[in-house]
Amino acid sequence: MWKGRLAILAILVVSVLAGLSMFTVRGAGNNQLEVYSWWTGPGEEDGLAAMAKAFEGANPGVRFVNAAVSGGAGSNAKAILASRLLANDPPDSYQRHAGLELLDDVRSGKVQDLTELYHQQGWTKVFPKGLVDNLTIDGRIYAVPVNIHRANLMWYSPRTLKDLGLPGPPKTWAEFLQQADAIKAKGRTPLAVGPEWSQKHLLETVLLGELGADKYERLFNGGISWLSPDVTAALGTFAKVLGVSDVKSAAGDWQPQLDKVLSGSAVYAVMGDWSSSYLEQSKKLRWETDYNVAASPGTEGVYDFLSDSFTLPTGARRPDLARKWLVECGSAAGQNLFNPLKGSIPARTDADAGLYKGYLGWALRQWRDPNTRIVGSLTHGVVANNAYNAEIDSALGLFVQHGDQGRFARTVEQQFRETQ
Amino acid sequence: MTSVDRSGPAAHVARHSSEPARPAFVPPQRRPRKQRGPRWLPGLVLVSPSLILIGVFVYGFLGWNVRVSFTNWRGLSPKYHFVGLSNYTALLRDERFRADVRNLVIFTLVFVAGAMLLGFLMAMLLDRGVRGEAFLRGVYLFPMAISFIATAIVWRWLLDNGSGADTAGINKLLTVVGLGFLRSDWHKSDSIWAISAVALPAGWALSGYVMALFLAGMRGVNETLRESARMDGASEVQIFWYIVRPALRPVTFSALLIMVHISLKTFDLLYALDQGNLRIDTPSLYMWFTTFDGGFYDRGATIATVLLIGVALVVGPYVWYSLRTERR
Repeated sequence: MWKGRLAILAILVVSVLAGLSMFTVRGAGNNQLEVYSWWTGPGEEDGLAAMAKAFEGANPGVRFVNAAVSGGAGSNAKAILASRLLANDPPDSYQRHAGLELLDDVRSGKVQDLTELYHQQGWTKVFPKGLVDNLTIDGRIYAVPVNIHRANLMWYSPRTLKDLGLPGPPKTWAEFLQQADAIKAKGRTPLAVGPEWSQKHLLETVLLGELGADKYERLFNGGISWLSPDVTAALGTFAKVLGVSDVKSAAGDWQPQLDKVLSGSAVYAVMGDWSSSYLEQSKKLRWETDYNVAASPGTEGVYDFLSDSFTLPTGARRPDLARKWLVECGSAAGQNLFNPLKGSIPARTDADAGLYKGYLGWALRQWRDPNTRIVGSLTHGVVANNAYNAEIDSALGLFVQHGDQGRFARTVEQQFRETQ
Repeated sequence: MTSVDRSGPAAHVARHSSEPARPAFVPPQRRPRKQRGPRWLPGLVLVSPSLILIGVFVYGFLGWNVRVSFTNWRGLSPKYHFVGLSNYTALLRDERFRADVRNLVIFTLVFVAGAMLLGFLMAMLLDRGVRGEAFLRGVYLFPMAISFIATAIVWRWLLDNGSGADTAGINKLLTVVGLGFLRSDWHKSDSIWAISAVALPAGWALSGYVMALFLAGMRGVNETLRESARMDGASEVQIFWYIVRPALRPVTFSALLIMVHISLKTFDLLYALDQGNLRIDTPSLYMWFTTFDGGFYDRGATIATVLLIGVALVVGPYVWYSLRTERR
């Protein structure tokens, strides 16, 4: 009989201990900063670690807790973050793409206004105006950008272009379609595409190239309709571009998409400039000799950006530490620690340019050029809120199947109105 | 005592029958403790933790989910404003959802039929006494031990539909052995049957499990029944049809139910195989993306409720059937 009682006692002790351990996890870190991100890939993880080390060095005794969640280009992290925000259990700071991806958080009161911090740190002067405009939601700023990526880029292999006798990357989508005929005649794929989001990325660059920066911005803020003649023509171009791509056998991810360009079976690929760290660090290729890149057709002088930024959540356990973290994120020193490792450029225009070589140096010069027009990316959360963006995903996925351009435009137009 | 035991079958019989006849060896009975409370109470107390946990975490949240499906909750601030059935009617008109339901039905039909048939054939072959049966059983069962995500990553390459220099995976294998005309676009094909290509990895993973179920069922058929049928001059086909087949009915039923509900829930395989390809989109994927990417908690909950009803329609008859047979 005592054996049975002992067993029951043992179970009780174990369950109490298990319960206690939960409390200790919650209670232990009053002197820690929990930062939530989806930076788990090569390069970006090292960049985050470098910033964490600097933060711990500047704040002795404080532990930097890296609560990164991997997978799905951030979509797994976003799902888990949503459940934490709904439970009012936010980390001390979390990552979002700068722009309207944060709209829901702002309207739901999940993040705190950082406009004062911007004035105090003088950030409005060191970030380009185009960036600050895209960061501003309802007149206030809620996130601090660490890095800048560029979306409107077309990657190619100079060797392939030489083999095919092409003079250079196309300046307009019309020119691309002309080149495409010649490329197809030689048995190669003119344009490699990847999974659904990369097709949306392509849609965004075609719209930008065909409409120009002003109309592109007005399309996404409701100034012009998806059914207007200009947009209809641009969507027609998009359909033609998809037609000469390998969308029927699209790659499963963006790296294999670029691999097709490297192997020469495809000639061009539209992708963001996270490609450069893949090409240079994983594939050991050199910019301009082994691979090259140009602004996507029709977008010379336009910088279609996306940016990883950090927030100050409402109900953060250590808002004081979170503010210090945000100051580091926005500082030239912090951005210079992170960006060379991640393979992106600093959002600040006064960070040391010498640290950015090869492709990154080229990108940084354009970012800082006062004549460069800055617009926000659709696919990467700058110009469309999450609801609208997810509905475009559905509509585009169906469009790739049915090919009915009018139906696509009507659906997206209606969804714009329903998700504002 | 032991020496007597070893002496033969007769001794066994003797020992069993003689034991009650030796009261001297029975240890003195401990006085039963006084019974406090009704007899059913200890049992209830024992199962109550799991009852409470299931009640809260399964049925409680299930009810909450149904409640959300009747609201207009979008985004990070929960709203419980009652909107009636409007989420359900919107879902009926939703082009993506309708395609998803069609995909799910096709996938379930192809996958369940394929896995059942393959599993059954493998079980029948193994049952006939193949050499190295234990090894083969392990080989067939092994894919089930691999997570669906890993399965999908491997099959993403196997089902690659690149052409020309980009040919890879199964298509390349077919070309190499001279069967290039069988080349397929698999799950990227334009046909509405595209999703049935996913039955290949799903069946690869689970037909071994069906095989194990059937094999156990076949082994459970009493050998004396087969023997006596043979004595009566029945052929092996007749033995299978009249003896083994009826005995396999409960196993078939269970296997079918397990496969159908796995099929309805399939998420990770499709998620990792080709994310965002709506040709292989199903309601569970749409639920995930619309809820967590778009913040449409109302629509996500509605899809979940519809899925729940779908699964209940499958499981309900099974529960009813097993309750009825148990009562008999």
